[in-house]
This record gives sequence, structure tokens and C-alpha cells, in this order.
Amino acid sequence: MAEAGGVWAVLLLACLATYLSRGLGVLFAERIDPEGPTFRWVGCVAYAMLAGLVARMILMPIGPLAQVDLATRSSAAVAAAAIYLLSRRNLLAGLAAGMGVLFLMIRGL
Amino acid sequence: MTRPSAEDTGGRGPWVRAALREAFGVPGLVLGASFLGFGSLVRESGLSLWQGLASSLGMWALPGQVAFVELYAAGASAFAIVLAVALTNARLMPMTVVLQPRLRTPGVAAWRYYVAAHFVAVTSWANSMQRLPEVPERHRMAWFAAFAGGLFLGSFAATAAGYALAGLVPKPVTLALVFLNPVYFMLIFITDLKHRAKALALVTGAVLGPLLHQVDADWGLLATGLIAGTAAFLADLAWRRYAGARHG
Repeated sequence: MAEAGGVWAVLLLACLATYLSRGLGVLFAERIDPEGPTFRWVGCVAYAMLAGLVARMILMPIGPLAQVDLATRSSAAVAAAAIYLLSRRNLLAGLAAGMGVLFLMIRGL
Repeated sequence: MTRPSAEDTGGRGPWVRAALREAFGVPGLVLGASFLGFGSLVRESGLSLWQGLASSLGMWALPGQVAFVELYAAGASAFAIVLAVALTNARLMPMTVVLQPRLRTPGVAAWRYYVAAHFVAVTSWANSMQRLPEVPERHRMAWFAAFAGGLFLGSFAATAAGYALAGLVPKPVTLALVFLNPVYFMLIFITDLKHRAKALALVTGAVLGPLLHQVDADWGLLATGLIAGTAAFLADLAWRRYAGARHG
């Protein structure tokens, strides 16, 4: 992995692996009845994976966010959801609240 | 925001313009901010600008890109990196399946759906799932191409800008930018909680995801999808049968 050529090879494989999921999605969709139970099951799996990923990104982030403590991240996420719902689903208001709480708590209020 | 009406019998122009406005509106802003954070991360991890841009071009799925950069910086093996990226991005398979019936456009060649599939990522997908039913069938592929293409170009530019700005932006601002992405995803999925099967899958997945991630960081997400998704599907099925038996 140290040499540059190795990084490019791994990057290419990672891109191909990513497209494999997308390409197979189109292939399988041609064989699944959109009105049938199999389709509903696939939908449930998709939403479960997305929710699992988002919860993991907020509660156990990798990268620079890992330095921010859990209480700060949770408070910011709860603030974003609360303001979003109170503002009748105004995305910008919810996001601003979440970012604001995170920023203030990192700065030590 | 103004949108053409579904009864519109005109050309695809108004729909393409509406899609572009949306791509450079809130979804594009949030995604751009997230890719800005990613660009900085690329530089701090010792990767080149070209490698960062190549990952935005060839992968275009931020959680997988972050996994790639983080594992590379940590000195993981090539096999470990590819496996982690493949499993983080395995969600794109069921997501692509679910999008197809909404994307289906009369007269569009089959291969175009395989090209369009490259542009399936959380932001493009979640917004398309909500918006495509409002778009007349014959303009759906055009709408998706404009929307996802706009997001794609924006994230490309943001990756480069983030790389250039690395170290210049105060740390709390960078952290807030990186945090924007999961919080935005969380808010758009709150809208889907009205639908019973989706709500069951979202709540079960959100609980299981972090737990199974601790058991196995690679396979945890796939296991979460299969276990929580199947549980939600079965619970929804039982609910349907119960309601059907009571009313039937």
C-alpha cells in the first residue's frame, strides 16, 4: 500500500466493488415484481441498512468526528430533529440547529 | 419553490430546470459541504488531489469514500480496504432495486439504467424516491439525469475546494461540515416514518446498526439490513394479515 501504484489499484477495485452493487440492483429489479412481497422485503432491507449506517455515522463516526464526544454528537442530532419537526419540516432550520449546537458545544459554550 | 405540474404536456425542459434548481438547492448545498469536508480529509490522510477526485468520480458514495481514506491512512491491507468499501456500499444494491420502478421511462434503452445506477447514492436516491412520482413518466430519466448529474458535478468541485482549503478552515467548522451529512440523512428519513413498513425498518435498523457495528465493523451493516429489514417486513406482513382478518 505504500507505493502510489498500489493506492490506485485498490481505489479501482473499490470503485468496481461499489458499481457491482448498483449494477446488480438494476439486474435484479428486472426480475422482481414491484407489486410483490419480494420487492417490499428488498425495500425494508434498504431502509434498514440506511438507518443502520446513519445511526452508526452519528453514534460511532470514523474520521475526525470521532474526536467529538458522544454527548455533543447526540445533543446536536436531537436538536436538529426537534427543530426540524417544530418548524414543520424545514430542513435548513433543522440543519442549522444541529450545526449550531455542535459548534457551540465544541467551543465549550 | 415552483415546480411544473404533473399534467404538464410540454417538453422536458421545465423538468430538467426544476431538477437542476433542486440539485443546486438544499440537497446540493448539504452534499457540497460534506464533500468539502471529505476533500480536507483526503489531504490530511496523505492522499493526492487526483486520488480524492478519482474516488468522487468512480465511487461517489461518501460513506465508502470515507472508509477508503480512513483505512488507507491507518495502513490497512488492500483486501481489508476493498472489503470494507464493498460492504459499506452494499446498501446501494437494494436501494437501486427499489428506485427502478420509479425511474422507469417509456422508450429509454436498458443500458441507460445501468449508467443511471452509478448515480444512485443516499442524497440522489432519497430525493428521487420522494420527487419522481410527481414527474410525468416520459421525463423521469431526464429529471434523474439532471438532478443526480448536478449533484455529481457539485460534489466533484467541492472535493477539490475542500482539498485546497484543508487546514485553513477552523476545526469546529470542519467538524460541523462533516457532521452535516449524517444529520441531513436522518432528517430526510424522518419524513418516511409515516409509512409503516419503512418506519419499522428505519427504527429497527437504527438500533441494530451501531450494535452490530461493534460486533463486526465490516459485516455489521449488511447483517443489520438483512436482520432488521426481514424483521420489519415480517412485522408488516403480520400487521396486514391481522388487519385483513379483522376487516375481511
